[in-house]
Amino acid sequence: MADYKWPDAEKRTLIGKRISRLDGPAKASGKAKYCYDYNRQGLLYGKILRSPHAHAKIKSIDTSAAEKMPGVKAVKVIQGPGTEIFWAGDEIVGIAAVDEPTAEDAMRAIKIEYEVLPHHVIDNDPKSTPQDLLKPSGDQTTGEPDKAFGDADVVVEGQYGQPVITHCCLESHGATSEWTDDKSLLVHVSTQNVSGIANQMAGVVKVPAANIHVQQDHIGGGFGSKFSIDRWGNESALLSKMADGKPVKIFLERSSELMVAGARPSSYAKVKIGAKKDGELTAWESESWGTGGIGGGGAPPIPYVFNIPNQKRKNTSIANHIGPSRAWRAPNHPQACLITMSALDDLAAALKMDPLEFYFKNMELTGPRANVYRDEFKIGAELIGWKQHWHQRGDQTEGPIKRGLGLSLHTWGGLGHASDCDLTINPDGSVELKMGTQDLGTGTRTTLAIVVADSLGIPMDAVKISIGDNKYPVSGGSGGSTTIGGVSASSRRASVDALDQLFAKAAPALNAQPGDLESVGGAIRVKSDPGKSLTWAQACGKLGGLPLTVRGKNPGPGNLISQGVGGIQMADVSVDIETGIVKMNRMVAVQDCGLIIDLKTAESQVYGALIMGICSALYEEKIMDQNTGKMLNPNMEFYKLAGIGDIGELMVHMMTGKGYDERGPIGLGEPPTVSPGAAISNAVANAVGVRVPYLPLTPDKVLAALEKKGGANHAGI
Amino acid sequence: MRDDEEDVEGSGLSRRDFLKVGGISLTVPLVIGHRVVKAAGADVKVFGPNKVPIELTINGKKMSASVEPRVTLLEAMRHELDLTGAKRVCDRATCGACTVIVDGKAVYSCTVLAIEAQGRAITTVEGLMTGDKLHPVQQAFVDNDAQQCGFCTPGFVVASKAFLDKNPHPTPEEVKRGLGGNLCRCGTYMGVRAAVQQAAGAQKGGRRNG
Amino acid sequence: MRAFEYANPATKEQAVGLLSNSWGETEVLAGGTDLISLMKDEVIAPKRLVNIKGITELHGIATNIKTGLRIGATATIQDLLDNAIVHRTFPALWDAAEGITSPQIRNMGTVGGDLCQRPRCWYYRGGYGLFAKTEKGDPLVPGGDNRYHAILGNSGPAYFVNPSSLAPALIAYGATFRVFGSSGKRDIPAEKFFLTPKSEGEREYDLKSNEILTEIIVPMAAGARGVTYEVRQKEALDWPLAAASVVVNLAAGKVRSARIVLGHVAPVPWRSQDAEAALVGHAIDEKTAQAAAEAAVKDASPLSRNGYKVQLARVAVKRAILAAAKGGVR
Repeated sequence: MADYKWPDAEKRTLIGKRISRLDGPAKASGKAKYCYDYNRQGLLYGKILRSPHAHAKIKSIDTSAAEKMPGVKAVKVIQGPGTEIFWAGDEIVGIAAVDEPTAEDAMRAIKIEYEVLPHHVIDNDPKSTPQDLLKPSGDQTTGEPDKAFGDADVVVEGQYGQPVITHCCLESHGATSEWTDDKSLLVHVSTQNVSGIANQMAGVVKVPAANIHVQQDHIGGGFGSKFSIDRWGNESALLSKMADGKPVKIFLERSSELMVAGARPSSYAKVKIGAKKDGELTAWESESWGTGGIGGGGAPPIPYVFNIPNQKRKNTSIANHIGPSRAWRAPNHPQACLITMSALDDLAAALKMDPLEFYFKNMELTGPRANVYRDEFKIGAELIGWKQHWHQRGDQTEGPIKRGLGLSLHTWGGLGHASDCDLTINPDGSVELKMGTQDLGTGTRTTLAIVVADSLGIPMDAVKISIGDNKYPVSGGSGGSTTIGGVSASSRRASVDALDQLFAKAAPALNAQPGDLESVGGAIRVKSDPGKSLTWAQACGKLGGLPLTVRGKNPGPGNLISQGVGGIQMADVSVDIETGIVKMNRMVAVQDCGLIIDLKTAESQVYGALIMGICSALYEEKIMDQNTGKMLNPNMEFYKLAGIGDIGELMVHMMTGKGYDERGPIGLGEPPTVSPGAAISNAVANAVGVRVPYLPLTPDKVLAALEKKGGANHAGI
Repeated sequence: MRDDEEDVEGSGLSRRDFLKVGGISLTVPLVIGHRVVKAAGADVKVFGPNKVPIELTINGKKMSASVEPRVTLLEAMRHELDLTGAKRVCDRATCGACTVIVDGKAVYSCTVLAIEAQGRAITTVEGLMTGDKLHPVQQAFVDNDAQQCGFCTPGFVVASKAFLDKNPHPTPEEVKRGLGGNLCRCGTYMGVRAAVQQAAGAQKGGRRNG
Repeated sequence: MRAFEYANPATKEQAVGLLSNSWGETEVLAGGTDLISLMKDEVIAPKRLVNIKGITELHGIATNIKTGLRIGATATIQDLLDNAIVHRTFPALWDAAEGITSPQIRNMGTVGGDLCQRPRCWYYRGGYGLFAKTEKGDPLVPGGDNRYHAILGNSGPAYFVNPSSLAPALIAYGATFRVFGSSGKRDIPAEKFFLTPKSEGEREYDLKSNEILTEIIVPMAAGARGVTYEVRQKEALDWPLAAASVVVNLAAGKVRSARIVLGHVAPVPWRSQDAEAALVGHAIDEKTAQAAAEAAVKDASPLSRNGYKVQLARVAVKRAILAAAKGGVR
């Protein structure tokens, strides 16, 4: 039986090293083609006319003028008269025309009458929400919370939360579809789910999934929002059908991207939390609410990570007309983390305890990762100078600029998904791996080449990686940090099996048994007598006339992967208490993700997570207007993202080596995105001496919190 | 192609100058070139609103297309000339993904009209390579992993190149301030900072900090 | 964006001849960063664009010891930043230009464009008109999300803030705006150029639809100390939440004269003569700066969600004054 396990540290030639991403030159040179970039022969430009109302019924649609316009090739009603619309920006009519200006002109020529219905787009207060939009969910009690609060020495109450934010993928959602014949569809779609798209489309476009060919070389961001073909993707195929199969490209305008193509549910909570005077956590009570649009929102997993013995939880989901929500890196975790770690931090402040000490006191409540967190906190504290810089709440330094430190911790599963691949070794020595996965910018391509090359004992540039095509073996959607585990395991198994078969073909030439061979540095040689060897190409020549193709699978034999990671983060901020402006000084992330395949791209993931977290902590909010029912900031001017000068200095430390490597690769996309909001909010509280209840930490909120100083929400000052 | 009609001086322009812009009769995809109207006693060419032939000089090459005046430089490059390195993201002069260099200066091509970019020297990300060799800025982006999804990368590369042309020896603070016109969603700023510093060294024969 | 026709005149006379005598038909194209965006959002839909960048006499920045600084309307923000005289003698103007933190906007955006750009009010940009009203005519701002709206001069119907970065500094330096139209040129004191529109169809500045802003003349400011202080959330391109330009002349350690102009707080750049009066005759210190800052916002009447901007405006004025006293000269 083949030995699939990952090579020991001293035998790894590529795994775990710092390797530049394979598609870096293509991306840096502008040659990388994203689906938005394909200009297929005879391309038509598709546009979607959207509802201006947040809640309405369509009374009539007149597309006749648009249909008659020169250059308009197809007009299709997506949602017809009688349909009830539940958010502004929902798709009503699709158009395909010879160029963009013509398509835009045609949109203006369409007349739609609506019966406008009452809408509700506010989410920060269940009391102001119409009763029929409120759905109680997730009432739970464990232990004896009332008694525990009675017995507690310190009880703190606070309110915390974060509004809906949007994914704001730089490559907007979209697809270009074309009929290559009556029954065959080719789709270039910006997706996290290359292998899954055809089956989503088949029923709608009415051809077998087998006839739908999906391709994507590069994707300009997904973050959880691009698993579905979406209505516009299907419409591109249906409009193409109406236009004699000509390719129809529909990519969303920025406003639509922000309005309808990505939103993370909001989450707010009133929390009461109790402890003994030595810091032992004993009781938790929370009343939470939030929205993810018309479907409401799920209950956040609070208290997060810390399994406080006595709990009472109540959640209310608000269904409203802000538009649909989508998975966003680590669904529900950042919100739950913010609520929990803010409450814990307020409690530590009330106890006059250093939160680091307070966390250590209660670390066993975190479960199986307690030791990981302890190790990580020690490293993080060293990197940020926690001991030197931490002070009790409220920086006493003269002047308006107050500095503070905050911390948080998080967890995630990250078990590899199902993944198949085909590894082909050609008689000329060339190697190709085919897999129906996708590289979201996480470095999937690069990690595959590393795994295959390291496993086969050949250089990376000898391996061709072919992904982004649903004609390749099925691999899961890239979400929930499941990709690296899945694709590294299947490609490792394929590589080991392929090498075994190659050894069998090469062994006679070396007068050896296949089991006695190894492949090192581009040569197949006898382990006990390395002088007896064939070059890689010579060995492959022994395959005969046909290439060797091996299917690799995950799950499969051998323990290659596992799940469950821990990470900690610390933030260092300065707050101008006269203006309420928060500036990042530094941030530290210490993260575990099992065996790291490429240290360089792994670190990039964590840096990126910190920066995304800074954006949402300081700036991001999908701002909805109750009067008009519309999003007020569907642009990148007022939907603010941090720039290169807004993030301070970031430090990333990856946990590697003994205790980590043997767990195999575990996903990394989600976990480091969880803590930033909490760590930054805690740092601000430490700086200014008062909790700013809600993110983003904008001047209005910071100044309001400072003004209220002395209220119920700032125990411990 | 001269229109017989003339502007009425002082009133600005006559009604008939404006075809039926708001109406549907306009969208005939014809190339009609320009008309000449009288303004301040001079003949002034007026282009559009239909398609007009334009010639752009991009990466040292003359390229022609036929576009309406409302087509931006970004759209002309992406839709007509298959130069898709510059990306359309915010489309409102905010995010920098469409950055190109025009006459030596970084600009947002999403808010430059194609017709007004004629006669200018336009450099796009595609024009930075020498043969198969990456420009030092591009190489530095690769070396420092200043990219994830890569959609902001071409704009950042071009903005960085323009920045370094003007500031060959930037301090880290200057780098942070000098690239404030580009946004990234994946969070590659640490890599970009390092890349710009590396490229600054490389451009000056490896000297860094003097 | 709706279709339009495009002209590229060589002289200002031609440009004016190509412009319509009523608003809505034609627009002047300079840097384009605002205009093209407004057109993409269909907030405006002109039928003709008149590009004035080809008019040579509108270019450049020139200095004359007697007449002062002459800034062509199509000089760019970067031209200001690169100009040694602006840097040395008009630091409040230089600071204001530096607050535009995108190099691309600095390269494209013109001084005239900065002064004539339209409000960033999100209701206006969302298609509800300059006064942000529902179809029934109900104002959206007072009861809506007005976190970025005016705290001064906001009795309506205009609630937006003037978005210009440079205007407060130019007003503080006593600049004159020169306008050219069919009946020749007109000089307007910078302060009078900006208007609060009272009815739909009026603009936020004193220009007719067939006039163009041609140049800005800033009298020499020998001995003046100037500073612009912006309260801005981001280092990267971002709109200030409040800003103040302060130009003071000191004699024997006391303020002889002062000009204090706030930005992003009212439908026009907001000169505060109360703040100026509070400062004149006093030495600048923490206390007098604070008093002037209080005077600057004493008439503020915040809307439902922008009370915090009163504090930001106060801080901007105070910090600009203190910085001017300490430096404000280079």
